[in-house]
Amino acid sequence: MNLQIVINIVIALMWMFLSESYTFSTFLVGYLLGILLLFVLQRFIPDSFYMDRVIKVIKLIVLFIKELTLSNIEIVKLVYKPKLDIEPGIFALPTELKSNWEITLLANLISLTPGTLSIAVSEDNSKIYIHAIDIPDVVESINDIKETFEKAIMEVTR
Amino acid sequence: MSGTWINLLIDIIISLSLLIGTFFIFSASIGMLRFPDLFTRLHAVTKGSTLGIAGIMIGAFLFLYVEHGIVSGKLILGMIFVMMTAPVSGHMISRAGYHNGVKLWDKSVRDDYAEAVNEKRKSIDN
Repeated sequence: MNLQIVINIVIALMWMFLSESYTFSTFLVGYLLGILLLFVLQRFIPDSFYMDRVIKVIKLIVLFIKELTLSNIEIVKLVYKPKLDIEPGIFALPTELKSNWEITLLANLISLTPGTLSIAVSEDNSKIYIHAIDIPDVVESINDIKETFEKAIMEVTR
Repeated sequence: MSGTWINLLIDIIISLSLLIGTFFIFSASIGMLRFPDLFTRLHAVTKGSTLGIAGIMIGAFLFLYVEHGIVSGKLILGMIFVMMTAPVSGHMISRAGYHNGVKLWDKSVRDDYAEAVNEKRKSIDN
């Protein structure tokens, strides 16, 4: 993957020298051409095409923003509810992710889903402790949410 | 004639995004006052403020671009960093609070973390 990025930058620089205009927009055009070339020639270059991974990262960011907006609306609904009939509590969520980086991402994503806030990660990185603002509501839905997140994170990191 | 319509539309969009932003921040502060304990308050603050700040920044960005023709990358960067750091700070504050002995609200129904913390305390004592 690193090799492909280097090749891409070299192609962009060559494009700049060939067209003899040294501006950012020429560099950008060259970079896009480089992506196209790498896409066409991907059979001859080691590793898979690196834009695949970039697209997955972008998907993860979109997921992040979507959840953030939803949880904001949810919390505002709760703030203006006349009667505060919530049942908060802390529950443990087992996770399959291993590395620190993946767990950090998952904990942050969970903090942004509606009604949940990650409080701590267990010593052996196998559980995330989550504070839910309304437990009966959350426990049902948390498993699908966790699976979508774990899948999206694994696609990026592995 | 069409120019004025577009200007009006853009003005409306700018005002709307500013209003939405302030509304979310206002709700976050009301939540801060209304909710019963540290953790539920953190819910309100970490979530409510991110979209609020994003709305205000988008409004300011559009205003600067339309009125003065400035593309202000700092506003976009500010938005991204707030979105990235709000959950981290929420996590850190709640964790620190829990370890310093902040109690959950009386009506809380569950606390799985207490066992883990107790076990760790015991192993340290031994």
